[in-house]
Amino acid sequence: MSIILEPRRTELAPAVTPDAARRAECGPDDASPAVASGLPALRIDHVTKTFVVGRHKRPVVAVDDVTLRVERGGILGILGANGGGKSTLIRLISTLLTLDAGRIEIFGLDVERDEMAVKRLINRVSADAAFFKKLSPAENLVYAARLYGIAPSVARGEAVRILARLGIAETRLDRPLEQMSRGMQQKVAIARALLTSPTLLLLDEPTTGLDPRSKLDVQTFIEELRSTHDATIVLTTHDMDEADRLCDHLAILDRGRVVAEGTPAELKARVANELGMPPTLQSVFMTFTGRSLDDDVEEAEPDDD
Amino acid sequence: MSAMGRELKASYAFVERNFNLTKRYWGWEAAFLVYALAGALSITLIGKEQGDPRLILSLMIGAIFWNYLSVVFSFIAETIAWERWEGTLEYTMMAPVRRTSQLLGSTLYAILYGLVSTAVILAVLVAFFGLDLSHADFLTAAVFMAVGSLSFVGIGMMAAVLPLLYVERGAQMTFVLQSLLLLVSGVYYSVEILPDWMQVLARFSPATYILDGVRRGLIDGTPVTSLVGDIWPLLVMAVVFIPLGVRVFGLAERYAKRTGKLKRVG
Repeated sequence: MSIILEPRRTELAPAVTPDAARRAECGPDDASPAVASGLPALRIDHVTKTFVVGRHKRPVVAVDDVTLRVERGGILGILGANGGGKSTLIRLISTLLTLDAGRIEIFGLDVERDEMAVKRLINRVSADAAFFKKLSPAENLVYAARLYGIAPSVARGEAVRILARLGIAETRLDRPLEQMSRGMQQKVAIARALLTSPTLLLLDEPTTGLDPRSKLDVQTFIEELRSTHDATIVLTTHDMDEADRLCDHLAILDRGRVVAEGTPAELKARVANELGMPPTLQSVFMTFTGRSLDDDVEEAEPDDD
Repeated sequence: MSAMGRELKASYAFVERNFNLTKRYWGWEAAFLVYALAGALSITLIGKEQGDPRLILSLMIGAIFWNYLSVVFSFIAETIAWERWEGTLEYTMMAPVRRTSQLLGSTLYAILYGLVSTAVILAVLVAFFGLDLSHADFLTAAVFMAVGSLSFVGIGMMAAVLPLLYVERGAQMTFVLQSLLLLVSGVYYSVEILPDWMQVLARFSPATYILDGVRRGLIDGTPVTSLVGDIWPLLVMAVVFIPLGVRVFGLAERYAKRTGKLKRVG
Protein backbone atom coordinates (compact mmCIF):
# COMPACT_ATOMS: atom_id res chain seq x y z
CA MET A 1 0.00 0.00 0.00
CA SER A 2 1.11 3.53 -0.47
CA ILE A 3 1.49 5.92 2.39
CA ILE A 4 -0.60 9.05 2.71
CA LEU A 5 1.65 12.00 3.18
CA GLU A 6 0.64 14.56 5.73
CA PRO A 7 1.81 18.11 5.39
CA ARG A 8 2.97 19.19 8.82
CA ARG A 9 5.20 17.76 11.53
CA THR A 10 2.50 16.56 13.89
CA GLU A 11 2.34 12.79 13.76
CA LEU A 12 5.80 11.66 14.65
CA ALA A 13 7.50 12.64 17.85
CA PRO A 14 10.04 15.43 17.47
CA ALA A 15 13.65 14.42 17.46
CA VAL A 16 15.79 14.50 20.57
CA THR A 17 18.00 17.56 20.45
CA PRO A 18 21.71 17.70 21.25
CA ASP A 19 21.10 19.84 24.31
CA ALA A 20 18.60 17.34 25.63
CA ALA A 21 20.96 14.47 24.89
CA ARG A 22 23.73 16.17 26.79
CA ARG A 23 21.39 16.90 29.71
CA ALA A 24 20.18 13.32 29.71
CA GLU A 25 23.78 12.21 29.90
CA CYS A 26 24.87 14.62 32.60
CA GLY A 27 21.90 15.56 34.67
CA PRO A 28 18.63 14.45 36.16
CA ASP A 29 16.29 15.71 33.42
CA ASP A 30 14.50 13.65 30.85
CA ALA A 31 15.70 13.83 27.28
CA SER A 32 13.09 16.25 26.05
CA PRO A 33 13.04 18.46 22.97
CA ALA A 34 14.80 21.79 23.30
CA VAL A 35 15.73 24.67 21.06
CA ALA A 36 17.61 23.97 17.87
CA SER A 37 21.31 24.53 17.70
CA GLY A 38 23.07 26.24 14.81
CA LEU A 39 25.71 23.56 14.48
CA PRO A 40 25.84 21.23 11.49
CA ALA A 41 23.91 18.03 12.11
CA LEU A 42 26.89 15.95 11.04
CA ARG A 43 30.47 16.97 10.52
CA ILE A 44 32.94 14.39 9.27
CA ASP A 45 36.42 15.79 9.24
CA HIS A 46 39.32 13.95 7.53
CA VAL A 47 38.20 10.57 8.84
CA THR A 48 40.23 7.46 8.11
CA LYS A 49 39.61 3.87 9.13
CA THR A 50 41.87 0.93 8.33
CA PHE A 51 41.30 -2.77 8.97
CA VAL A 52 43.76 -5.60 9.31
CA VAL A 53 42.30 -8.34 7.10
CA GLY A 54 44.88 -11.07 7.59
CA ARG A 55 48.20 -11.72 9.23
CA HIS A 56 50.10 -11.66 5.98
CA LYS A 57 47.98 -9.18 4.08
CA ARG A 58 48.30 -5.44 3.84
CA PRO A 59 45.77 -3.48 5.88
CA VAL A 60 42.77 -2.26 3.92
CA VAL A 61 41.86 1.40 4.11
CA ALA A 62 38.07 1.24 4.31
CA VAL A 63 37.52 4.97 4.79
CA ASP A 64 40.21 7.28 3.50
CA ASP A 65 40.39 10.92 4.59
CA VAL A 66 36.66 11.54 4.21
CA THR A 67 35.30 15.00 4.92
CA LEU A 68 31.56 15.69 4.75
CA ARG A 69 29.09 18.08 6.31
CA VAL A 70 25.32 17.77 6.59
CA GLU A 71 23.09 20.58 7.75
CA ARG A 72 20.09 19.99 9.98
CA GLY A 73 17.10 18.57 8.15
CA GLY A 74 19.10 17.53 5.11
CA ILE A 75 19.31 14.12 3.49
CA LEU A 76 22.81 13.10 2.50
CA GLY A 77 23.04 10.20 0.10
CA ILE A 78 26.21 8.14 0.02
CA LEU A 79 26.65 6.15 -3.17
CA GLY A 80 29.23 3.47 -3.62
CA ALA A 81 29.81 -0.08 -4.76
CA ASN A 82 29.86 -2.96 -2.26
CA GLY A 83 33.00 -2.67 -0.18
CA GLY A 84 33.39 1.00 -1.04
CA GLY A 85 33.33 2.12 2.59
CA LYS A 86 29.70 3.22 2.99
CA SER A 87 28.79 0.92 5.85
CA THR A 88 32.10 1.50 7.60
CA LEU A 89 31.39 5.23 7.52
CA ILE A 90 27.92 4.61 8.97
CA ARG A 91 29.44 2.44 11.72
CA LEU A 92 31.96 5.15 12.53
CA ILE A 93 29.12 7.66 12.92
CA SER A 94 27.16 5.09 14.96
CA THR A 95 29.99 4.74 17.54
CA LEU A 96 30.37 1.08 16.53
CA LEU A 97 33.91 1.64 15.30
CA THR A 98 36.70 3.82 16.58
CA LEU A 99 38.39 6.31 14.28
CA ASP A 100 42.01 5.87 13.26
CA ALA A 101 42.25 9.53 12.29
CA GLY A 102 39.97 12.53 11.98
CA ARG A 103 36.91 13.58 13.86
CA ILE A 104 33.14 13.10 13.65
CA GLU A 105 30.74 15.47 15.36
CA ILE A 106 26.98 15.28 15.63
CA PHE A 107 25.62 18.71 16.50
CA GLY A 108 29.00 19.52 17.95
CA LEU A 109 29.20 16.34 20.03
CA ASP A 110 32.26 14.23 19.38
CA VAL A 111 31.36 10.59 18.66
CA GLU A 112 34.24 9.31 20.76
CA ARG A 113 34.46 11.84 23.58
CA ASP A 114 30.68 12.33 23.99
CA GLU A 115 29.72 8.80 23.03
CA MET A 116 26.68 8.38 25.29
CA ALA A 117 25.21 11.77 24.37
CA VAL A 118 25.73 10.98 20.68
CA LYS A 119 24.00 7.64 21.11
CA ARG A 120 20.89 9.45 22.34
CA LEU A 121 20.77 11.47 19.13
CA ILE A 122 21.18 8.75 16.55
CA ASN A 123 19.62 5.56 15.36
CA ARG A 124 20.27 3.31 12.46
CA VAL A 125 18.50 1.03 10.03
CA SER A 126 20.70 -1.43 8.19
CA ALA A 127 20.03 -3.65 5.20
CA ASP A 128 19.73 -6.61 7.54
CA ALA A 129 16.71 -6.20 9.81
CA ALA A 130 18.40 -7.55 12.92
CA PHE A 131 15.94 -8.66 15.58
CA PHE A 132 15.30 -11.43 18.03
CA LYS A 133 13.29 -13.26 15.43
CA LYS A 134 11.45 -15.52 17.86
CA LEU A 135 10.10 -12.48 19.64
CA SER A 136 7.19 -10.46 18.32
CA PRO A 137 7.62 -6.98 16.86
CA ALA A 138 6.01 -5.59 20.02
CA GLU A 139 8.50 -7.39 22.27
CA ASN A 140 11.44 -6.31 20.14
CA LEU A 141 10.25 -2.72 20.02
CA VAL A 142 9.55 -2.50 23.74
CA TYR A 143 13.04 -3.88 24.40
CA ALA A 144 14.59 -1.28 22.12
CA ALA A 145 12.46 1.49 23.61
CA ARG A 146 13.46 0.60 27.16
CA LEU A 147 17.12 0.92 26.20
CA TYR A 148 16.39 4.51 25.21
CA GLY A 149 14.36 5.22 28.35
CA ILE A 150 10.97 5.17 26.60
CA ALA A 151 8.02 3.71 28.50
CA PRO A 152 6.55 0.55 26.90
CA SER A 153 3.07 2.04 26.62
CA VAL A 154 4.44 5.06 24.75
CA ALA A 155 6.58 2.79 22.58
CA ARG A 156 3.68 0.60 21.64
CA GLY A 157 1.50 3.55 20.74
CA GLU A 158 4.22 5.07 18.57
CA ALA A 159 5.00 1.72 16.97
CA VAL A 160 1.36 1.15 16.08
CA ARG A 161 1.19 4.59 14.49
CA ILE A 162 4.42 4.28 12.52
CA LEU A 163 3.75 0.74 11.36
CA ALA A 164 0.20 1.61 10.32
CA ARG A 165 1.67 4.23 8.03
CA LEU A 166 3.99 1.61 6.62
CA GLY A 167 1.10 -0.76 5.98
CA ILE A 168 1.43 -3.11 8.95
CA ALA A 169 -1.68 -3.61 11.06
CA GLU A 170 -1.58 -3.67 14.86
CA THR A 171 -2.77 -7.29 14.80
CA ARG A 172 0.63 -8.31 13.42
CA LEU A 173 2.52 -6.83 16.36
CA ASP A 174 2.19 -9.80 18.67
CA ARG A 175 3.20 -12.65 16.36
CA PRO A 176 6.84 -13.78 16.09
CA LEU A 177 8.89 -11.67 13.74
CA GLU A 178 10.15 -14.75 11.97
CA GLN A 179 6.68 -15.13 10.49
CA MET A 180 6.96 -11.79 8.73
CA SER A 181 8.29 -11.20 5.25
CA ARG A 182 11.65 -9.53 4.76
CA GLY A 183 9.92 -6.31 3.72
CA MET A 184 7.72 -6.28 6.81
CA GLN A 185 10.71 -6.93 9.05
CA GLN A 186 12.48 -3.97 7.49
CA LYS A 187 9.49 -1.78 8.21
CA VAL A 188 9.61 -2.89 11.86
CA ALA A 189 13.31 -1.98 11.82
CA ILE A 190 12.39 1.49 10.62
CA ALA A 191 9.79 1.76 13.39
CA ARG A 192 12.43 0.73 15.92
CA ALA A 193 14.74 3.49 14.77
CA LEU A 194 12.00 6.14 14.74
CA LEU A 195 10.66 5.20 18.18
CA THR A 196 13.66 6.90 19.70
CA SER A 197 13.05 10.11 17.73
CA PRO A 198 16.62 10.31 16.44
CA THR A 199 17.97 13.68 15.44
CA LEU A 200 20.29 11.93 13.03
CA LEU A 201 18.89 8.87 11.29
CA LEU A 202 21.37 6.58 9.59
CA LEU A 203 19.82 4.48 6.84
CA ASP A 204 22.32 1.93 5.61
CA GLU A 205 20.86 0.49 2.42
CA PRO A 206 17.38 0.29 3.98
CA THR A 207 15.71 -0.87 0.76
CA THR A 208 18.28 -3.43 -0.37
CA GLY A 209 16.62 -6.77 -1.03
CA LEU A 210 13.08 -5.49 -0.68
CA ASP A 211 10.35 -6.22 -3.18
CA PRO A 212 9.25 -3.21 -5.28
CA ARG A 213 6.15 -2.58 -3.21
CA SER A 214 8.00 -2.58 0.12
CA LYS A 215 10.76 -0.50 -1.43
CA LEU A 216 8.27 2.12 -2.53
CA ASP A 217 6.61 2.14 0.90
CA VAL A 218 9.95 2.71 2.61
CA GLN A 219 11.02 5.40 0.15
CA THR A 220 7.72 7.21 0.52
CA PHE A 221 8.06 7.02 4.27
CA ILE A 222 11.53 8.54 4.13
CA GLU A 223 10.09 11.40 2.07
CA GLU A 224 7.39 11.80 4.67
CA LEU A 225 9.99 11.87 7.42
CA ARG A 226 11.73 14.74 5.73
CA SER A 227 8.57 16.81 5.76
CA THR A 228 7.14 15.80 9.13
CA HIS A 229 10.04 14.91 11.40
CA ASP A 230 12.83 17.11 12.61
CA ALA A 231 15.55 14.68 11.60
CA THR A 232 18.63 14.73 9.46
CA ILE A 233 19.15 11.60 7.38
CA VAL A 234 22.23 9.89 6.02
CA LEU A 235 21.24 7.32 3.43
CA THR A 236 23.55 4.83 1.78
CA THR A 237 22.18 3.16 -1.30
CA HIS A 238 22.94 1.33 -4.52
CA ASP A 239 19.79 2.60 -6.08
CA MET A 240 20.37 5.67 -8.26
CA ASP A 241 16.68 6.44 -8.60
CA GLU A 242 16.31 6.26 -4.85
CA ALA A 243 19.24 8.62 -4.36
CA ASP A 244 17.88 11.01 -6.95
CA ARG A 245 14.42 10.99 -5.44
CA LEU A 246 15.31 11.27 -1.76
CA CYS A 247 18.62 13.04 -1.31
CA ASP A 248 19.42 16.75 -1.18
CA HIS A 249 23.11 16.12 -1.43
CA LEU A 250 25.18 13.19 -2.66
CA ALA A 251 28.67 11.93 -1.94
CA ILE A 252 30.16 9.21 -4.12
CA LEU A 253 32.51 6.93 -2.23
CA ASP A 254 35.03 4.82 -4.10
CA ARG A 255 37.58 2.68 -2.28
CA GLY A 256 36.92 4.68 0.85
CA ARG A 257 37.44 8.11 -0.72
CA VAL A 258 34.89 10.76 -1.62
CA VAL A 259 35.38 11.17 -5.36
CA ALA A 260 32.47 13.50 -6.04
CA GLU A 261 30.04 15.55 -4.03
CA GLY A 262 27.11 17.84 -4.75
CA THR A 263 23.38 17.98 -5.25
CA PRO A 264 22.00 15.40 -7.68
CA ALA A 265 21.28 18.20 -10.15
CA GLU A 266 24.82 19.62 -9.87
CA LEU A 267 26.44 16.23 -10.38
CA LYS A 268 24.28 15.39 -13.37
CA ALA A 269 24.92 18.82 -14.89
CA ARG A 270 28.67 18.34 -14.46
CA VAL A 271 28.83 15.11 -16.45
CA ALA A 272 26.44 16.45 -19.05
CA ASN A 273 28.12 19.82 -19.55
CA GLU A 274 31.76 18.88 -19.12
CA LEU A 275 31.79 15.38 -20.60
CA GLY A 276 28.74 15.25 -22.79
CA MET A 277 27.40 12.24 -20.88
CA PRO A 278 23.69 11.58 -20.32
CA PRO A 279 22.47 13.58 -17.30
CA THR A 280 21.85 10.58 -15.06
CA LEU A 281 23.32 9.50 -11.74
CA GLN A 282 24.43 6.29 -13.42
CA SER A 283 26.64 8.39 -15.71
CA VAL A 284 27.85 10.37 -12.71
CA PHE A 285 28.83 7.22 -10.88
CA MET A 286 30.56 5.69 -13.93
CA THR A 287 32.41 8.92 -14.58
CA PHE A 288 33.79 9.42 -11.11
CA THR A 289 34.51 5.81 -10.18
CA GLY A 290 35.21 4.22 -13.54
CA ARG A 291 32.89 1.36 -12.69
CA SER A 292 29.25 0.36 -12.42
CA LEU A 293 27.44 0.31 -9.08
CA ASP A 294 27.02 -3.43 -9.51
CA ASP A 295 30.77 -3.98 -9.37
CA ASP A 296 32.02 -5.22 -6.02
CA VAL A 297 35.18 -4.07 -4.36
CA GLU A 298 37.02 -6.43 -2.04
CA GLU A 299 35.42 -5.79 1.31
CA ALA A 300 37.45 -4.91 4.34
CA GLU A 301 36.48 -7.76 6.65
CA PRO A 302 38.54 -7.80 9.79
CA ASP A 303 40.67 -10.80 10.54
CA ASP A 304 38.85 -13.20 12.84
CA ASP A 305 40.36 -15.30 15.58
CA MET B 1 14.30 10.60 35.58
CA SER B 2 17.65 10.23 37.29
CA ALA B 3 20.58 8.70 35.48
CA MET B 4 20.52 5.82 37.97
CA GLY B 5 16.81 5.24 37.36
CA ARG B 6 17.35 5.26 33.62
CA GLU B 7 20.12 2.72 33.87
CA LEU B 8 18.05 0.48 36.14
CA LYS B 9 15.22 0.60 33.61
CA ALA B 10 17.69 -0.29 30.90
CA SER B 11 18.87 -3.22 33.02
CA TYR B 12 15.28 -4.34 33.31
CA ALA B 13 15.07 -4.32 29.50
CA PHE B 14 17.56 -7.19 29.44
CA VAL B 15 15.70 -9.09 32.16
CA GLU B 16 12.40 -8.73 30.29
CA ARG B 17 13.95 -9.58 26.94
CA ASN B 18 15.58 -12.73 28.29
CA PHE B 19 12.33 -13.75 29.98
CA ASN B 20 10.50 -13.31 26.67
CA LEU B 21 13.15 -15.36 24.90
CA THR B 22 12.83 -18.12 27.51
CA LYS B 23 9.07 -18.16 26.89
CA ARG B 24 9.51 -18.38 23.12
CA TYR B 25 12.15 -21.09 23.39
CA TRP B 26 10.14 -23.05 25.97
CA GLY B 27 10.68 -26.31 24.12
CA TRP B 28 14.42 -25.89 24.32
CA GLU B 29 14.19 -24.87 27.98
CA ALA B 30 12.18 -28.01 28.74
CA ALA B 31 14.69 -30.15 26.85
CA PHE B 32 17.58 -28.55 28.72
CA LEU B 33 15.86 -29.17 32.05
CA VAL B 34 15.45 -32.85 31.15
CA TYR B 35 19.14 -32.95 30.17
CA ALA B 36 20.19 -31.35 33.46
CA LEU B 37 17.90 -33.66 35.44
CA ALA B 38 19.19 -36.75 33.68
CA GLY B 39 22.78 -35.67 34.28
CA ALA B 40 22.19 -34.99 37.96
CA LEU B 41 20.37 -38.31 38.40
CA SER B 42 23.10 -40.28 36.61
CA ILE B 43 25.83 -38.83 38.78
CA THR B 44 23.88 -39.24 42.01
CA LEU B 45 23.13 -42.90 41.16
CA ILE B 46 26.86 -43.58 41.47
CA GLY B 47 26.50 -42.81 45.17
CA LYS B 48 23.48 -45.09 45.44
CA GLU B 49 25.44 -47.93 43.86
CA GLN B 50 28.11 -47.44 46.50
CA GLY B 51 25.42 -47.63 49.19
CA ASP B 52 26.77 -44.52 50.86
CA PRO B 53 24.06 -41.99 51.85
CA ARG B 54 26.63 -39.25 52.44
CA LEU B 55 28.12 -39.85 48.99
CA ILE B 56 24.63 -39.68 47.47
CA LEU B 57 24.06 -36.28 49.06
CA SER B 58 27.52 -35.05 48.17
CA LEU B 59 27.15 -36.04 44.51
CA MET B 60 23.63 -34.67 44.35
CA ILE B 61 24.75 -31.33 45.70
CA GLY B 62 27.67 -31.30 43.28
CA ALA B 63 25.42 -32.05 40.31
CA ILE B 64 22.65 -29.64 41.27
CA PHE B 65 24.78 -26.72 42.24
CA TRP B 66 27.13 -27.14 39.37
CA ASN B 67 24.05 -26.90 37.18
CA TYR B 68 23.11 -23.66 38.93
CA LEU B 69 26.55 -22.15 38.54
CA SER B 70 26.75 -23.32 34.93
CA VAL B 71 23.44 -21.66 34.14
CA VAL B 72 24.49 -18.37 35.73
CA PHE B 73 27.89 -18.48 34.13
CA SER B 74 26.76 -19.46 30.66
CA PHE B 75 23.89 -16.95 30.58
CA ILE B 76 26.30 -14.12 31.25
CA ALA B 77 29.09 -15.50 29.12
CA GLU B 78 26.69 -16.00 26.22
CA THR B 79 25.26 -12.50 26.46
CA ILE B 80 27.36 -11.49 23.50
CA ALA B 81 27.28 -14.79 21.61
CA TRP B 82 23.49 -14.79 21.67
CA GLU B 83 23.23 -11.27 20.31
CA ARG B 84 25.83 -11.95 17.67
CA TRP B 85 23.89 -15.00 16.53
CA GLU B 86 20.63 -13.02 16.35
CA GLY B 87 22.39 -10.11 14.65
CA THR B 88 21.31 -7.58 17.27
CA LEU B 89 24.72 -6.96 18.82
CA GLU B 90 25.39 -3.70 16.99
CA TYR B 91 21.97 -2.33 17.94
CA THR B 92 22.50 -3.10 21.60
CA MET B 93 26.01 -1.67 21.52
CA MET B 94 24.87 1.60 19.93
CA ALA B 95 22.05 2.09 22.44
CA PRO B 96 22.72 4.70 25.14
CA VAL B 97 23.14 2.12 27.89
CA ARG B 98 26.15 1.60 30.09
CA ARG B 99 27.74 -1.81 29.79
CA THR B 100 27.36 -2.34 33.54
CA SER B 101 23.59 -1.95 33.15
CA GLN B 102 23.56 -4.47 30.33
CA LEU B 103 25.61 -6.98 32.28
CA LEU B 104 23.62 -6.36 35.47
CA GLY B 105 20.36 -7.09 33.65
CA SER B 106 21.69 -10.27 32.07
CA THR B 107 23.09 -11.36 35.44
CA LEU B 108 19.88 -10.76 37.38
CA TYR B 109 17.92 -12.84 34.92
CA ALA B 110 20.56 -15.56 34.94
CA ILE B 111 20.38 -15.85 38.73
CA LEU B 112 16.57 -15.96 38.73
CA TYR B 113 16.54 -18.55 35.97
CA GLY B 114 19.24 -20.58 37.72
CA LEU B 115 17.35 -20.58 41.03
CA VAL B 116 14.13 -21.83 39.43
CA SER B 117 15.97 -24.51 37.49
CA THR B 118 17.90 -25.61 40.59
CA ALA B 119 14.77 -25.75 42.74
CA VAL B 120 13.07 -28.04 40.22
CA ILE B 121 16.05 -30.39 39.99
CA LEU B 122 16.53 -30.44 43.76
CA ALA B 123 12.87 -31.31 44.32
CA VAL B 124 12.97 -34.13 41.75
CA LEU B 125 16.18 -35.63 43.14
CA VAL B 126 15.04 -35.45 46.75
CA ALA B 127 11.84 -37.25 45.75
CA PHE B 128 13.66 -39.79 43.55
CA PHE B 129 16.15 -40.82 46.22
CA GLY B 130 13.80 -40.33 49.16
CA LEU B 131 16.37 -38.12 50.85
CA ASP B 132 15.87 -36.75 54.32
CA LEU B 133 16.92 -33.12 54.46
CA SER B 134 15.22 -32.37 57.76
CA HIS B 135 18.58 -31.61 59.38
CA ALA B 136 19.82 -29.48 56.53
CA ASP B 137 20.49 -25.80 57.04
CA PHE B 138 19.05 -24.20 53.91
CA LEU B 139 20.05 -20.73 55.02
CA THR B 140 23.71 -21.73 54.87
CA ALA B 141 23.24 -23.08 51.35
CA ALA B 142 21.37 -19.96 50.27
CA VAL B 143 24.00 -17.59 51.64
CA PHE B 144 26.85 -19.43 49.97
CA MET B 145 24.95 -19.53 46.68
CA ALA B 146 24.07 -15.85 46.84
CA VAL B 147 27.54 -14.63 47.74
CA GLY B 148 29.22 -17.11 45.41
CA SER B 149 27.03 -16.08 42.50
CA LEU B 150 28.54 -12.60 42.68
CA SER B 151 32.02 -13.87 41.98
CA PHE B 152 30.68 -16.03 39.16
CA VAL B 153 29.13 -12.91 37.70
CA GLY B 154 32.59 -11.35 37.50
CA ILE B 155 34.07 -14.43 35.87
CA GLY B 156 31.10 -14.57 33.52
CA MET B 157 31.73 -10.98 32.43
CA MET B 158 35.31 -11.87 31.61
CA ALA B 159 34.14 -14.95 29.73
CA ALA B 160 31.65 -12.81 27.77
CA VAL B 161 34.65 -11.11 26.26
CA LEU B 162 35.58 -14.25 24.33
CA PRO B 163 32.65 -14.14 21.88
CA LEU B 164 33.33 -10.43 21.51
CA LEU B 165 36.92 -11.01 20.46
CA TYR B 166 36.61 -14.33 18.67
CA VAL B 167 33.63 -13.97 16.40
CA GLU B 168 33.20 -17.57 15.32
CA ARG B 169 34.71 -19.63 18.14
CA GLY B 170 34.33 -17.41 21.18
CA ALA B 171 31.20 -19.10 22.50
CA GLN B 172 32.89 -22.49 22.46
CA MET B 173 35.89 -21.06 24.28
CA THR B 174 33.69 -20.16 27.25
CA PHE B 175 32.95 -23.89 27.65
CA VAL B 176 36.67 -24.53 28.06
CA LEU B 177 36.80 -22.04 30.93
CA GLN B 178 33.73 -23.63 32.47
CA SER B 179 35.20 -27.13 32.26
CA LEU B 180 38.43 -25.96 33.91
CA LEU B 181 36.39 -24.60 36.82
CA LEU B 182 34.60 -27.96 36.99
CA LEU B 183 37.92 -29.78 37.11
CA VAL B 184 39.53 -27.89 39.96
CA SER B 185 36.56 -26.96 42.14
CA GLY B 186 35.74 -30.29 43.77
CA VAL B 187 32.30 -30.58 42.23
CA TYR B 188 32.16 -34.37 42.40
CA TYR B 189 35.19 -35.16 44.54
CA SER B 190 37.21 -33.59 47.27
CA VAL B 191 39.84 -31.09 46.16
CA GLU B 192 42.28 -32.91 48.48
CA ILE B 193 42.65 -35.68 45.89
CA LEU B 194 43.92 -33.20 43.29
CA PRO B 195 47.66 -32.75 42.65
CA ASP B 196 49.15 -29.95 44.74
CA TRP B 197 49.32 -27.49 41.86
CA MET B 198 45.67 -28.05 41.07
CA GLN B 199 44.77 -27.50 44.72
CA VAL B 200 46.39 -24.09 44.43
CA LEU B 201 44.15 -23.35 41.46
CA ALA B 202 41.13 -24.61 43.42
CA ARG B 203 41.68 -21.85 45.97
CA PHE B 204 41.03 -19.28 43.27
CA SER B 205 37.76 -20.85 42.11
CA PRO B 206 34.64 -19.52 43.84
CA ALA B 207 32.93 -22.84 43.09
CA THR B 208 35.25 -24.56 45.58
CA TYR B 209 33.97 -22.43 48.46
CA ILE B 210 30.35 -22.45 47.31
CA LEU B 211 30.17 -26.23 47.07
CA ASP B 212 31.97 -26.72 50.35
CA GLY B 213 29.62 -24.32 52.12
CA VAL B 214 26.48 -25.77 50.54
CA ARG B 215 27.54 -29.32 51.44
CA ARG B 216 28.25 -28.39 55.01
CA GLY B 217 24.91 -26.66 55.23
CA LEU B 218 22.79 -29.34 53.60
CA ILE B 219 24.61 -32.50 54.72
CA ASP B 220 25.96 -31.53 58.13
CA GLY B 221 23.40 -28.85 59.00
CA THR B 222 26.17 -26.41 59.85
CA PRO B 223 24.77 -22.94 60.54
CA VAL B 224 26.10 -20.12 58.44
CA THR B 225 27.36 -18.35 61.56
CA SER B 226 29.93 -21.12 61.96
CA LEU B 227 31.16 -20.69 58.40
CA VAL B 228 31.84 -16.97 58.30
CA GLY B 229 35.52 -17.67 57.77
CA ASP B 230 34.62 -19.55 54.57
CA ILE B 231 32.49 -16.73 53.21
CA TRP B 232 35.11 -14.02 53.16
CA PRO B 233 37.10 -15.57 50.27
CA LEU B 234 33.88 -15.40 48.23
CA LEU B 235 33.34 -11.79 49.20
CA VAL B 236 36.90 -10.91 48.29
CA MET B 237 36.53 -12.67 44.94
CA ALA B 238 33.28 -10.79 44.26
CA VAL B 239 34.89 -7.48 45.11
CA VAL B 240 37.82 -8.26 42.83
CA PHE B 241 36.12 -10.13 39.97
CA ILE B 242 33.13 -7.87 39.30
CA PRO B 243 35.04 -4.62 38.75
CA LEU B 244 37.69 -6.61 36.93
CA GLY B 245 35.01 -8.16 34.71
CA VAL B 246 33.55 -4.75 33.89
CA ARG B 247 37.02 -3.37 33.16
CA VAL B 248 38.02 -6.32 30.98
CA PHE B 249 34.74 -6.11 29.10
CA GLY B 250 35.27 -2.41 28.50
CA LEU B 251 38.74 -2.99 27.13
CA ALA B 252 37.46 -5.79 24.91
CA GLU B 253 34.66 -3.60 23.59
CA ARG B 254 37.15 -0.91 22.73
CA TYR B 255 39.31 -3.48 20.93
CA ALA B 256 36.27 -4.84 19.07
CA LYS B 257 35.38 -1.34 17.94
CA ARG B 258 38.92 -0.71 16.76
CA THR B 259 39.12 -3.95 14.79
CA GLY B 260 35.53 -4.11 13.54
CA LYS B 261 34.52 -7.23 15.45
CA LEU B 262 31.11 -5.99 16.50
CA LYS B 263 29.95 -6.49 12.96
CA ARG B 264 27.74 -9.48 12.47
CA VAL B 265 29.42 -12.42 10.81
CA GLY B 266 27.41 -15.38 9.56
